[in-house]
Amino acid sequence: MVVFSGTMDRLMPVGILASGAVAMGMDVDIFLTFWGLQAFSKRAQGAPPKFSGDYADMAPMFAEVMRKKNVPSPIETLRTAKKLGNVRIHACTMTMDMLGQTKSDFIDLVDRTTGVGEFMDLAKDAKITLFI
Amino acid sequence: MAEVVITRLVDARGSMCPGPLMALIGAVREQKVGDVISVYSGDTGSRTDIPLWVKKAGHELIALRDHEGYAEFVIRKMR
Repeated sequence: MVVFSGTMDRLMPVGILASGAVAMGMDVDIFLTFWGLQAFSKRAQGAPPKFSGDYADMAPMFAEVMRKKNVPSPIETLRTAKKLGNVRIHACTMTMDMLGQTKSDFIDLVDRTTGVGEFMDLAKDAKITLFI
Repeated sequence: MAEVVITRLVDARGSMCPGPLMALIGAVREQKVGDVISVYSGDTGSRTDIPLWVKKAGHELIALRDHEGYAEFVIRKMR
C-alpha cells in the first residue's frame, strides 16, 4: 500500500484495509510518503487528521459520528492490525530528506525508512497494490 | 447439540467493522486449543467476515445466533 494522503478520509481506509488483510493472513507493507508520512510524525499526534477539503461540508457530521460511535483513529486501527499480523510500515526517505526529518521524528508504528526502489521491489511481488 | 461451555466472551457490540473480527482474532490467539469463544457483534460485516475467517483459520463455527440488535458467534479454537 502506498499512502500519499494524510487526511482522515483517506487514512481511515488504510487502517481498515490493513486490518482486513492481516485477518485473512496476508502480509502488509505500507509505504508512507508526503502527506501520508506527515500524519505519522510525532508533531501531528496532538489532533486527529483533518478531512480533505473535498468533503468539507460532510466533515463535522462524520467527526461527530466517529466520536459518538467510538470509531478508533487510523493510528489505533493500524496498531491493532500490527499486533495481529505482519504489518511493516515504511517511511519514504525522499520525503524525509526533503523536509530534513529523521526516523525519530515519527511515532513508533513506523518500522523503518525505505527508498522508493526498495519498496517497488517489494511491491512487484504483491498480489494487491493500493495507492491511497 | 450437547451443551457447549463458553470459555471466553468477547463483547464487541458498539465496535465497528473490522473491530469485532480483530477482537475475536486476538482472543482466539490467547486461548487454548479446544476453548470456546463467544463474540457479540452489532456490526453487519461480521456476519460474513467472522465465518470466513473462522473457516480460513481452521477453527469451528459452532453457532451463529441472532439477538435483538446484535449477533452471537460461537467458535471453537481447533489449532
